[in-house]
Amino acid sequence: MNALRRFGHFWWDFVVGDDWRIAAGVAIALGATAALAATDQPAWWFLPLAVALLLYLSLRRAAR
Amino acid sequence: MTEVFLFLSAFLASAVEMVEALTIVLAVGVTRDWRSSLTGVGIAVVALAAIVAALGPALTLIPLNALRLVVGALLLVFGLQWLRKAILRASGYVALHDEELAFAREAEEARAAATERRAGLDWYAFTIAFKGVLLEGLEVAFIVLTFGSAQGSIPLAAVAAAVALVLVVVAGIAAKEPLTRVPENTLKFAVGVMLTTFGVFWAAEGAGAHWPGDEASLPVVLAFVVLVSFGFVAALRRQRPALA
Repeated sequence: MNALRRFGHFWWDFVVGDDWRIAAGVAIALGATAALAATDQPAWWFLPLAVALLLYLSLRRAAR
Repeated sequence: MTEVFLFLSAFLASAVEMVEALTIVLAVGVTRDWRSSLTGVGIAVVALAAIVAALGPALTLIPLNALRLVVGALLLVFGLQWLRKAILRASGYVALHDEELAFAREAEEARAAATERRAGLDWYAFTIAFKGVLLEGLEVAFIVLTFGSAQGSIPLAAVAAAVALVLVVVAGIAAKEPLTRVPENTLKFAVGVMLTTFGVFWAAEGAGAHWPGDEASLPVVLAFVVLVSFGFVAALRRQRPALA
């Protein structure tokens, strides 16, 4: 169990890192991109803006 | 053009991780025992090769759009973490990574650790070198496999990693000390930008979006990520004296 927890912890640290909100934000932004793409509207612009916003929010928290 | 970005990204990311692994191996090799450290390195390299050999072909079986969505999302999360750290370092909020300091800390811990011999090896030197190379190497393997599979060119990404390995090892042997002159934060910044750019591009495609001009929009995404990142560095630098 301990080894399993360590294994999970390693992968969490490895992929998610210091700010889990970035991972959560990316998942939400991808969902929104998919929803927008399904309406046949151009959806390419959404993810770059969402990424800039996520980075801004994460940096603002870190710089406080 | 995409191939050049792919090669550069895999090369830079691999070089940064290998410089960190080299520092760990040098610290335990110099202070403890070279034979045990190098055995640890050798077994870690074999383990990494087995992981890549097992996962590489499996990834090529996944449909491209699903692969790009998953790989893009992972690269995006991974890249944003790198970029966030590099921006905080460049703007002075977090101390720059110092290989000399890392070497001194590793060496001090290695000197203080008790000697335990197993299978004729200094177990401390073996396990630290093994873990250091395996963990840093996993990041390289992750980047090579994800970049390579999403672009349909694992061999090109692997060649980039191999070139980085040769360069770092040759530089390490020539210098016989940690590679302190490598501009590590600049490299990490570049890698963060590349990972984020490819992550945005592939994840959006995987989610069903179509880029104007297809792959021709990749340099535009890159320019956007660079501009945004430099903008944040400048803004944080301006804000910092007010906080001090």
